[in-house]
This record gives sequence, structure tokens and C-alpha cells, in this order.
Amino acid sequence: MIFDCSSPDQLDRLMWSLCYLSNGKHITFYYSILKVLVLLALAAPISIGLGLFLAILAKSDISPLKLLGKFIILIVRGIPDIAWFMFFVIALDQGLEWVRHITLCPDWTEPIRQGADFLVCEKAKLPGNSSSETIHEIYGFILAIVTFSIIFGAFAGNIFYGALEAVPKDQIETAEAYGLNPRQIFWRISFKQMWIYALPGLSNLWMILIKATPLLFLLGIEDIVYWARELGGAKTPRFTEYPHGDWRLWYFLFLLIFYLTLTKLSEKVLDKLTRKLTYGMGFSGENFLQRQ
Amino acid sequence: MRNIFFMIPVILLGYSTAFAGDTIRMGTEGAYPPYNYIDDDGNLAGFEIILGNELCARANLTCEWVKNDWDSIIPNLVSGNYDTIIAGMSITAERDKVIDFTQNYMLPRPSAYVAASEDVDLSGVISAQTATLQAGYIAESGSTLIEFATPDETISAVSDGEADAVFADYDYLAPIVEASNGDLMFVGDQVVLGLGTGMGIRESDTELKAKFNQAITSMKEDGSLNKLLIEWFGEGILTY
Repeated sequence: MIFDCSSPDQLDRLMWSLCYLSNGKHITFYYSILKVLVLLALAAPISIGLGLFLAILAKSDISPLKLLGKFIILIVRGIPDIAWFMFFVIALDQGLEWVRHITLCPDWTEPIRQGADFLVCEKAKLPGNSSSETIHEIYGFILAIVTFSIIFGAFAGNIFYGALEAVPKDQIETAEAYGLNPRQIFWRISFKQMWIYALPGLSNLWMILIKATPLLFLLGIEDIVYWARELGGAKTPRFTEYPHGDWRLWYFLFLLIFYLTLTKLSEKVLDKLTRKLTYGMGFSGENFLQRQ
Repeated sequence: MRNIFFMIPVILLGYSTAFAGDTIRMGTEGAYPPYNYIDDDGNLAGFEIILGNELCARANLTCEWVKNDWDSIIPNLVSGNYDTIIAGMSITAERDKVIDFTQNYMLPRPSAYVAASEDVDLSGVISAQTATLQAGYIAESGSTLIEFATPDETISAVSDGEADAVFADYDYLAPIVEASNGDLMFVGDQVVLGLGTGMGIRESDTELKAKFNQAITSMKEDGSLNKLLIEWFGEGILTY
């Protein structure tokens, strides 16, 4: 520590604030901001990948695949997020442990469910009981990323599906006239042009994803909302060097600013991206007018 | 890409735990001083953390602490995310149906009302933490109950005027009343609820329960539990 924070009650206001804002508990808070950013950075590309996959499934000529793709998109979009978060994470975790239990402990005879208890053998636990708490937290975080990615992947799938449909038919016909096969038409014409139609929907989805990150809290992950509430709560002198009243308002105000900044930055980047993707497309904004 | 899809089951199935004796995961809330709370360094602290570590040492167990919200603290125990609850949880007949308890390590403690003025009407709006004995008591008492997820929010509700009084564990309230410089005060009568505070353990985990029971007995016998209770809760605490 650069500052001497050994007796905070003797410090002047500025030093007190510096010491307070740099104590271990606040470091954990700053670290939880990083968690949110990592979640965004991982969930967004995975969702896009999954979305593309689902859209291609839904556009498939083979009808079972087509039905499967449409079914997944429909189910995930139809279930309320909160129900999905509550149910899916527990089901996924217990499902994985169940599979491991069957494969790793075949001689186990006791039932897995005994009353309210869910019991798998020691080896099947995920992560194992002896793993450190950090491993448990990382595991929980991965489950969260998977859950977010599936939800947002389904929405992205629907967007890509619509975008592929929106590519002008004359483009496809021209390609056919040039003798391109369906595969070439898909990858060279539809796929390349659909991005601009998908972008408004995707940028919307990104904004919703940013807003949805506090749902991490629901999954038992100690995210910024947890720490803002914990740090903001009134503290009595017996249990802290830095007693204070109810400061939740200030901490939540900070969250507000954090999320607004993130939204504003995203808007700027997405604007740039739109301009870049429309360039030379010949139908949007200024380009379109110039051509006329 | 295909390789990745094949890798996922391999990683999940092949993940083996280095089985180094008994690691017991201890679930606590971390928001309930003096029982358990998070200190300035961001670590768990409090009476139950000291107690839990001592019990683990006596039972020859390696223990790891886990923080969990109060709301879901029982569901996460029964689904195996941790092995014990040690979070100022009172032993009640209702909870005993779902989980088991060790013998108590604190005798039944009074719950009390705290309000912002002496002449408050205790049949008005009372705040309490969700899924606690106190919330159950208020719900049956005829007062209007408002519930909060954390104990801290039940106090804020009184300071903000949202509730007329808070009904909570006396030992949780005492340091808060003391620190409020007269803004908050105890009102009305104290009520003793529950059968004391114990550790929650899965019903199927009889072996672990026996180990902790034995450790608690040994701490009761040599007086170290009494010493710890007085250290954290003051001379007025009921000892064994």
C-alpha cells in the first residue's frame, strides 16, 4: 500500500477516501467490474456463432434440421429469461454431474435423489469438493456464459434468419444465371450481404446483453450489483475500520454511470460499423442517393 | 470447430479431482455481523468463521468457506454445492424437515424490535429478512410484514421510514443500535424464537453430522465455546 491506512479514523477526508476506496473489499468490487466485461466479451461472440449456426439450421433444406433449428429458436425466445436462468443453470449443473456419476462411479448403488438431497459420488462432483473456491467460481462463471450465450444465441439466430431472407431475390437470381451452385450462392452472395440487414438487430441485442449482465447476480455470481449492495450498506464501527451510513444510493449511482457509459461507447462503435458495412452496398443513405 | 465440440465432453468427463482427504465446503451468508460478515479486506470474518475453523480443526477436516445468498442457502446445500450451512441459522421444526441440524452452538436467543422512535405502533409495518424465523413470526402476529433479501436492507427500511420497525435477532441489532447515536432504539418486548443456532447439514450426511456434533460437544466441555461467545456477544450472552 502506498498510503498509510493503519488508523483510518485519524485521517483527513481525502486520505480517508483514498484508503477506503483502495481497501481489499473495494478491490474485489473493481474486479467484479472486470467480470462483467469478460462476460460481455465472451458471451457476445459465442452468441453470434450460435446464432449463425441456428440460422443456417433453420434455413436448411433437410427438414428435420430445419425443424430443429426453428424449434430451438422458438423455445429459447419464448421462455422468460428469469425462468431460464433459474432452471437451466441448475439443470445443466446437475445434468453434467449425473452423466459423470454414471460414467465414473458405475458401482454406486445408492439413489442419486434422497428426499430433497441430490447426491453424486465424490469423483463426479463438478468441480470436486477439494478444488479451491476460485475453481468453483470459474465453473459458475462458465455456466453463466453458456446460459447467456444460449439465450442471446437464439435471438441472434432469429435475426440472422431474417437477414438472410432480406437479401434481394434479384441478387440470388443473377448469381444463378452466372451458374453459381447453391453453396456458392449462400457463402458468396447471401452470407456476405446479410450482415448489413442483421446489424440493426444485432446492435439492439448487444444493448440488451449489456443491460442483462446484472442477471449474473441471480446466478449467485458476486457481480457489481452484489458488491454495490454489500459495500453500500450501513457499516457499524465494530466490524469495520471505515464505518458509514447507508451509501447504497452512491454505489448504485456509480452503476448507473457505468452502464450508461458502456451503452454510449457501444453506440459509437456500432455507428462506425454500420457505416463501414454499408460502404459500397449501393442502397443505404448517401451512397444510395448518389447513385440515383 | 468440430474439435472443440469433441473436447468439451472430454474435459468435463476427464476432469478428475485430486482427492486429498476430506474437504468440507462451509456455506455462509457473509452479511450478518457479528455472526458472519465480510471484513475490510474482503475476507469472511465473524463469530461463526472462527467457530467453524475451530470445529474443522477438532474434527480433523479441511474446510473451505463459500458465500451464498440467504434466499438460496438451503437449496444449494441439498443440491450439493457445499456441505454445511453455518450462517446464524436457528434450528426450527420447519427447516428440520428439509435438512438436518447439529446440536446448537448457541442457546435460543431473543429477537427484538428496533424503531426510530419510542412511541411506534408495532402492529404497523414491520421489516424482516426473507425466510427467517422473524419474518414467520411477524406474518402470524397480524402486523404488516415487508421482507428484504439481506439483513442490512431491513434496517435501512426503518431509517428511510419505509417500515415502522425492524424485527430481527437481538445480537445482530445491538451493535447497530449502539452505533446509531440514538437514532435507532429497541422498542417493545423481546421474543425468544427457535431452538438455538446450529449447523445445517444434508439429511443423508449422517457421518458429517456426527463429526461436527462431537466437535461442538468438545468445545462445550472445555469451555472454549463459552469464551468465544462472550468475546463476540458480550457478557450478557447465555453460555453452556
